[in-house]
Amino acid sequence: MSTTLNRAGLARDAYKGAATTLCAGCGHNSITNHMVKALYELGVEPHLLAKMSGIGCSSKTPAYFVETAHGFNGVHGRMPALTTGAHLANRQLIMLGVSGDGDTASIGLGQFMHMIRRNLDCTYIIEDNGTYGLTKGQFSATADLGSVQKKGAVNTFQPIDPCAVALALGCSFVARSFSGDGKQVVPLIKAAIAHRGTAILDIISPCVTFNDHDGSTKSYSWVKDHEESIADVSFIPFFEEVHVDYEPGTIRDVRLHDGSHIVLKKLGEDHDPTDRQAAIKVLEEGRTAGHLVTGLLYVDPTMADFASTEHIPDRPLRDLGEDELRLTRDQFAQFMSEFA
Amino acid sequence: MTEAIVNDLTIQAATVNGSGSQTANLVLTRAIFHMGIPVAPKNVFPSNIEGLPTWYQLRITPEGHMARSDKVDILVAYNVATWREDLKTVRPGGVVIHEEAFSTLDVRGDVTYYAVPFAKLAKSKIQSDTLRKQLANMIYVGVVAGVLNVPWEALEHGVRRQFLAKPKAVQVNLDAIKVGYDHWQDSFSKQDPYRLEPMTGAVEGKVLVEGNQAAALGALMGGVTVVAWYPITPSSSLCEYVIAYSERFRVEPKTGEKLISVVQAEDELAAVGMAIGAGWAGARAMTSTSGPGISLMAEFSGLAYYAEVPVVIFDIQRIGPSTGLPTRTSQADIGFVYTLSHGDTKHIVLLPGTVEECYELSRDAFDYADRFQTPVFVLSDLDLGMNLWMTPEFKYPDRNFDRGKVLSKDDLDRLAGEWGRYQDVDGDGVAYRTLPGTDHPAAGYFTRGSGHDEMARYTESADAYARNMDRLARKLETARQALPAPVVDEAGGSVGLIAFGSTHAAVIEARETLAEAGRPVDYLRVRALPLSDDVAAFVGRHEHVYVVEQNRDGQLFDLIRLALPAGLVGRLRSIRHYNGQPIPAAAIIDPLMDREAVPA
Repeated sequence: MSTTLNRAGLARDAYKGAATTLCAGCGHNSITNHMVKALYELGVEPHLLAKMSGIGCSSKTPAYFVETAHGFNGVHGRMPALTTGAHLANRQLIMLGVSGDGDTASIGLGQFMHMIRRNLDCTYIIEDNGTYGLTKGQFSATADLGSVQKKGAVNTFQPIDPCAVALALGCSFVARSFSGDGKQVVPLIKAAIAHRGTAILDIISPCVTFNDHDGSTKSYSWVKDHEESIADVSFIPFFEEVHVDYEPGTIRDVRLHDGSHIVLKKLGEDHDPTDRQAAIKVLEEGRTAGHLVTGLLYVDPTMADFASTEHIPDRPLRDLGEDELRLTRDQFAQFMSEFA
Repeated sequence: MTEAIVNDLTIQAATVNGSGSQTANLVLTRAIFHMGIPVAPKNVFPSNIEGLPTWYQLRITPEGHMARSDKVDILVAYNVATWREDLKTVRPGGVVIHEEAFSTLDVRGDVTYYAVPFAKLAKSKIQSDTLRKQLANMIYVGVVAGVLNVPWEALEHGVRRQFLAKPKAVQVNLDAIKVGYDHWQDSFSKQDPYRLEPMTGAVEGKVLVEGNQAAALGALMGGVTVVAWYPITPSSSLCEYVIAYSERFRVEPKTGEKLISVVQAEDELAAVGMAIGAGWAGARAMTSTSGPGISLMAEFSGLAYYAEVPVVIFDIQRIGPSTGLPTRTSQADIGFVYTLSHGDTKHIVLLPGTVEECYELSRDAFDYADRFQTPVFVLSDLDLGMNLWMTPEFKYPDRNFDRGKVLSKDDLDRLAGEWGRYQDVDGDGVAYRTLPGTDHPAAGYFTRGSGHDEMARYTESADAYARNMDRLARKLETARQALPAPVVDEAGGSVGLIAFGSTHAAVIEARETLAEAGRPVDYLRVRALPLSDDVAAFVGRHEHVYVVEQNRDGQLFDLIRLALPAGLVGRLRSIRHYNGQPIPAAAIIDPLMDREAVPA
């Protein structure tokens, strides 16, 4: 474990949380570790981090990283609303939401979509295992058609793909990854945090207890066999220099508003991550071919985020006092006289 | 002609929704108010954009009674669809101003008719084809003004005041009023006893304000910075006024930045969730809703109660259950809201009874929410919220915000980081909190709606759960002592009345009438839940106490019975009014007289 201090003057241990209470081998625990690494390497100041979640196994995980940060484990499917309010109260906070597939694609689908519609500045991670773990193994809405439950039941409904939904809504950052692919997840988390706007990161995260068997399309072995990464992702934060020594034409470089860069190295077909139609196409082609397409699908670093659209000042609204919030005595008297 | 009836009459205009009649009614209201005469308007409107019948009652009394009258003196019959039914509501000896084309076959003979060719006048005298439909309503303003002797100067004021934001509209509206005014002078001679005369001393220092306007102003003065809402009648205008007033008072002139965020959410679940998120992060936050919306907010209200997050929730009550009558008034949410959410939950509920209190309690609700770190509900209703009420001008606040027990970085340094989010350090049940963004390694804690101990750690411990629930009860008890006390007006009689909210207006009038009839009654008006000890003491001082409220089941009556010592429960009686029309004084006087007439 590294004891090197990051730019916030903190060692990696400062980003750890309480011990996990999830099952041994749960994909969510890997994501927690990726989160610790990403936040440490980004040098996020813990007091500026707000860890938000809904209800479910995934939503417990904010307790397992950055223990000194504030966290809010709200009600099922309603993390976006809490996150919206907290962000408006204090734009200085880094809003980091962790949700699950039940929390996002069923009870919370409406809030998920409206958060995207507003382009709320937050990172929204879906720890997606296609099943309801805490209630013992029912299908969730992201379970694939024909996917088999542990007890043998076959899913007869079309899945809701959170990435496809996000793309259809014009989400400004859409990515998919796999909990076992730290090399990809860590830079995507960093990029999502650096991005100003709604960043959706759907991470397939196998449930070892209820959905890791043959016939499941969210098991470790299925994902390992079917993952098709569209590009190698690296993230260069604004405080590091960019060194690009790739062959011309083999990389794409996306500059984010804070000066960070997402560098994508071509693996197969060239994918332009700023082309939304291409993103929808690559996702659909993967689905047809039975592949799990991972990587940064789409990013628009120029879209205005919600608070900017609403002309909310950078300084926290929560800090304003009587002098700025109340009408003056003169304004008040004038206002009352208008009711006469 | 019989003896003149001066400044004591009720006008009812029966018109068609969406035709512009509300503007005409408001012009008439403001003109009469400008004469120094107290006015009490009640708008009875349909859940409809255009075409259904609507009624506007303008009650005029020298005493300034503001409850709805159940007697109509002057009917303006402008809607053929309801003409025959409207005619039945007029008091014998009253006046009926009606469209000349309406059939008068077999009409009653005990009222005075003024048949006016409204349609013909509109066609021949109003030049603008596009504005004719809207302006036609102004013709009846002119006729009524003529019948009642309203001076032209007062009408000019009424129009100018109504079109404050659209000065260009003043002259065309005045011209339309003049059509009716002249028609009255030219075509009729006065046959009825009703008359208006300018008064002095009755309305000086008073203004006309809707409860939702007052609450919006109160919220701004209370320092609200995050408002999340979903449109629903009769609550929508509250947030729309917040938006309008914010454009005026909360925009930084240099940068255009807004010192408030108002979000129209996707539904009431999101609206209250956003407000709670903002409250958690330290902003003064609110939502406003009604009927179905408050049902949807139940789950989140429980989270805010249990996780102890300040938030202000307005419920502008309308008739339920379900969609109910969306545009009719009610007080039937009080029982539901008091314990909103599953599990053992009890909330602070503020009960404004006047528009002035809509302003004050709205403003102070943010202090209570911060002080007690819990949702504070402000329970208003359609009658209070959407009608104009005569009120003394509101007072500028004389104290600063009370942000409650919040630990800063310096506080945490002083405590060497030793603190627990849910520890009852002061013994009042109110723990200390920190806000996200506080730059101290000990500031962070994990907020959750699941079981937690004093240090905010997850626990399923039986003892820790019970300790926490006991502390929450202690906190509510602390709040109970601090909430607005009931207003008591007592002269040592044997009979008392208890009421809350907009029922107040009818109680004032009922007490006057009862006192004149030799039956004075004492009065206690509840202004907050949980109930003050003053309520039981008041019941203890009276033989009979009538709880008057606008719901079917006597919800406040039940809450008071639960709070009373067993020996006093038998003294309590219930008067209920629940047809969606604002309660008139008669609905209190009649049942009370009936029951008090029976020997005990």
